[in-house]
Amino acid sequence: MSGTGHQGRNSLPHLTSERLLIKGGRVVNDDQSLYADVYIEDGLIKCSMIIPLSFPHPYVGENLVVPGGVKVIEANGRMVIPGGIDVDTCFMKPFLGTQPVDDFLQGTKAALAGGTTMIIDHVSPQPGDSLLEAFERWQEAADKKACCDYSLHVDIPQWNESVKDELELLVQEKGINSFQVYMAYKDLYQMSDSELYEAFSFLKQLGAVVLVHAENGDLIAQEQRKILGMGITGPEGHPLSRPEELEAEAVFRAITLGNRVNCPIYITKVMSKSAADTITQARRKGCLVFGEAITASLATDGSHYWSKNWAKAAAYVTSPPLSPDPTTPDHLHTLLACGDLQVVGSAHCTYSTSQKAIGKDDFTLIPEGTNGVEERMGFVWDKAVAMGKMDENQFVAVTSTNAAKIFNLYPRKGRIAVGSDADIVIWDPDSVKTISAKLQQSAGEYNIFEGLECRGGPALVLSQGQVVYEEGKLQVQQGTGRFIPRKHFPDLAYQRVKFRNQVKGKQGVIRGMYDGPVYDVVPTPKYITPSPSAKTSPTSHQPPPIRNLHQSNFSLSGAQIDDNMPRRSGHRIVAPPGGRSNITSLG
Amino acid sequence: MSYQGKKNIPKITSDRLLIKGGRIVNDDQSFHADIYMEDGLIKQIGDNLIVPGGVKTIEANGKMVIPGGIDIHTHFQMPYRGTTTVDDFSQGTKAALAGGTTMIVDHVIPEPGSSLMESYDQWRQWADEKACCDYSLHVDITHWNDSVKQEVDNLIKEKGVNSFQVYMAYKDYYQMTNSELYEVFTFLAERGGIAQVHAENGEIIAEEQARMLQMGITGPEGHVLSRPEELEAEAVFRAITIASQTNCPLYVTRVMSKSAADIISQARKKGNVVFGEPITASLGTDGTHYWSKNWAKAASFVTSPPLSPDPTTPDYLNTLLSSGDLSVTGSAHCTFSVSQKAIGKDDFTQIPEGVNGVEERMSLIWDKAVTTGKMDENMFVAVTSTNAAKILNLYPRKGRIAVGSDADLVIWDTDSIRTITAKTHNSTAEYNVFEGMELRGAPLVVICQGKIILEDGNLHVTSGVGRFIPCSAFPDFAYKRVKARKQLAVLRAVPRGMYDGPVSEFSMSRGGTPSASARTSPTKQPVRNLHQSGFSLAGNPAPCGPPTPDDIPIRPAGRRIVVPPGGRSNITSLS
Repeated sequence: MSGTGHQGRNSLPHLTSERLLIKGGRVVNDDQSLYADVYIEDGLIKCSMIIPLSFPHPYVGENLVVPGGVKVIEANGRMVIPGGIDVDTCFMKPFLGTQPVDDFLQGTKAALAGGTTMIIDHVSPQPGDSLLEAFERWQEAADKKACCDYSLHVDIPQWNESVKDELELLVQEKGINSFQVYMAYKDLYQMSDSELYEAFSFLKQLGAVVLVHAENGDLIAQEQRKILGMGITGPEGHPLSRPEELEAEAVFRAITLGNRVNCPIYITKVMSKSAADTITQARRKGCLVFGEAITASLATDGSHYWSKNWAKAAAYVTSPPLSPDPTTPDHLHTLLACGDLQVVGSAHCTYSTSQKAIGKDDFTLIPEGTNGVEERMGFVWDKAVAMGKMDENQFVAVTSTNAAKIFNLYPRKGRIAVGSDADIVIWDPDSVKTISAKLQQSAGEYNIFEGLECRGGPALVLSQGQVVYEEGKLQVQQGTGRFIPRKHFPDLAYQRVKFRNQVKGKQGVIRGMYDGPVYDVVPTPKYITPSPSAKTSPTSHQPPPIRNLHQSNFSLSGAQIDDNMPRRSGHRIVAPPGGRSNITSLG
Repeated sequence: MSYQGKKNIPKITSDRLLIKGGRIVNDDQSFHADIYMEDGLIKQIGDNLIVPGGVKTIEANGKMVIPGGIDIHTHFQMPYRGTTTVDDFSQGTKAALAGGTTMIVDHVIPEPGSSLMESYDQWRQWADEKACCDYSLHVDITHWNDSVKQEVDNLIKEKGVNSFQVYMAYKDYYQMTNSELYEVFTFLAERGGIAQVHAENGEIIAEEQARMLQMGITGPEGHVLSRPEELEAEAVFRAITIASQTNCPLYVTRVMSKSAADIISQARKKGNVVFGEPITASLGTDGTHYWSKNWAKAASFVTSPPLSPDPTTPDYLNTLLSSGDLSVTGSAHCTFSVSQKAIGKDDFTQIPEGVNGVEERMSLIWDKAVTTGKMDENMFVAVTSTNAAKILNLYPRKGRIAVGSDADLVIWDTDSIRTITAKTHNSTAEYNVFEGMELRGAPLVVICQGKIILEDGNLHVTSGVGRFIPCSAFPDFAYKRVKARKQLAVLRAVPRGMYDGPVSEFSMSRGGTPSASARTSPTKQPVRNLHQSGFSLAGNPAPCGPPTPDDIPIRPAGRRIVVPPGGRSNITSLS
């Protein structure tokens, strides 16, 4: 897996000399935990001595022959987990000409400080922009600034023919296998159901994962107008105009579309109980759908929109909004723990207060986005593992492995195994810290988790085999992050699709030709056929329906049991025109 | 009760009837009593009634006497591409009466772009000429603009229409966008109308139809393949969401599948005001017939949403009907002859849509739900008649046997068994989708407008006696809850001090705003007014008691902001 298609100057690991041995740690993957030593060279895991879990602890690795000049890290029985993968960040998403305050440097620093060693950022082209150019712009910025490996999703702001070619190119040559479409943002990004159907069909052929921003944009636009009309202009208008049922409705619709097209669907930012429940029910029916909870929806709720402090209230503005129902985080953790939701992202997209203040008199103009890239792993541990909802293996699954599988990075990322990238975190389940904007890496003035206590955090973070975070100190180098290309047709999403494609072939019924009288349709059809294709029906070209009484009853399949009373040629039709047409008999 | 025009005087003043020894079954209770009717109204109910001499007496012999059925969904004499459905108002209402239904509610379907009012008048004219029983009308809203709005308003206020159907299917024809649906629902909620919805996702259907035709599937099976039941469920879910947002009562016509019915029952459990209407066809048969080798037979089942190919559907829908999760039953009776259906012989999308069911409706529910023990006789009355009357705001004039109510009633024979066949049915159609089905339960005597219509198996109908029954707005059944919720659901803004910190430069030209309105923000020029005072609507924003971190420390006017632009804006302090 290593070395496949690293891009350009980044293809060489930066510090070839770095050799590391993590001794005496408990390696936790998504499937099992075991005591093992991990030896790292050239940014890859070279070998690991595996000691069964029952072996007396602490283990002293006498057997592992280690070359000289190796730095040894004593894990002392602490958890050694694959570095987190944050599948949803927006470090460059433009809003009305301004950029988020956390760029790729600031953002990836925050990620590493929280134990996340890879991010997947959203390329957000504006309608009319070239996807390819936008992608290159993002890649260039990230190559310059990112401190950890990254990959990119590309958002599709509108659907047309030229987009198709670009998508194909992005999938085939640029290593992108996931694209986001929007059901919200009317008159801007929003796609109609027909467009979504076409987009899904096309992306399925390419073997890409479809990310969906699921909210009903039409209704939101109406509600926004209504709420503004009522004189509600503050941030509380944001959740009021985007009630959670609009999210659930769109999730339901997206799943229906995905199911029709037989295309795997990935719902970004699951923010409410009802949306999560909709996903759960669909999965029970066998639909191919993945749900992504984000740090904000897992750790806080939407009651803060009613804060008297405008700047604080505005800091929570994101879409779909945080649910005002305070039981939401708990419910989402439960679903995450049982596997109904699969992935945790952060949707980290921070704007400064002065940027948020663009919408100070109109909540619809408040730039949307919350922080969370740094706090993500900590809160999942604190609220799910420490509460007994989830075990440590599931913790690894939802913070790292599942994401790697869905986006086809596995096992290079998301697993501690020989040959995998040396993105490793030594996790301290007992560390306690209080979240505060003063201590965070992010440049935002507000932290929406301000004052919350969080158990569990990284003690040491390795990115590309290098220690980048240790005991609260961050040592990163700008531009060391590599772009990780991803292949299409990820197995986790597409294996089932392939089989369903084979099973789902549909066939018409082979019948004898209908040869009875046909009502003469008015030549100027007032009725437009629901079919979007412009093809005219074969019937409309036919001459007036003169009954050819001598036409034989042609059948492709020979005799049929329920061809009861096939009309023999020459059989007279006795019923008058307009009366009973007994040619094809009653029955 | 304002009867319209020439119909003001009930025609059959001489008819006086006494039903003796019957068991009256209403939706709430059953009891033994005699009924005396005069002038088309029920005058007395009780034992040992004192009635004038020379009254015709019907001995019920302990049989059930129920309110005549109300078929809330028919399409009689419906124009379709220059032709009309084979059952006109005369034939259709005759079939209705034969089945124990004494009132029908037909759909007025204006062509998109044409006037609702003209179409309404047209339908009124057709029905007044021919209908054999009382009728009301729904009007379908096939396009939406301000003039339509005005017409809808008039129809509600002056014409006695309180229910309007909108379409989520038939792309580029009847279909409405979510925004339009929102506006229609909002408008109807204000005026006290019921929003009926044909729930199917038209956009996906269009795509699927194109795909099916491309695959070479042109027969009636393509109809059901291109309209899988999840598209129905999806649209139902969406309609409920929109109705819930606008606080408008919703009525889903033609619930054809289990999943759509489930969505309705879940929504009702959450408190949504939504009514579901299964139809005779979905309660009695399934969509396996679309694969029949007999094209004409397969085509006769074509209706939208299609019958579900899942054969357990009818049983399931009958269960939900019994539990009250589905509220009313219609027939969606809309029959085309085989030659009319054959317009689509080479392309299933051209097959005229519609099935029969007005005559079989009551018997079928009795057979499938009551004799199987799913529902009792009172619930039977509720779903075949009373609930419909309540939704249309005609209760207790219709849908109940009570003094003062219209003398539309049926003596129901629970034991009679008959086999449905196109040879004996009253519809003109050549096919009957229930062909060969044996149904227990049938009307023995049907009385409509105080007149005996069916007796001893003989049907005596008179075309044109049917009166238009106006329905008034704000039916309690739907609107009581809506009104209460309106009072509760008042949204309030949070009174805050003005935000007076720095505002980033931004350009409106690029990107646009998610808001649909074109209004420009007052913050067009982001000049910081450092001297603006912290104004608050709520008086002192720092309330008495322990100060919470949320409370804004009001910045005294004139205080300098020390942080540089772009840096921390501590005006509204970090909390």
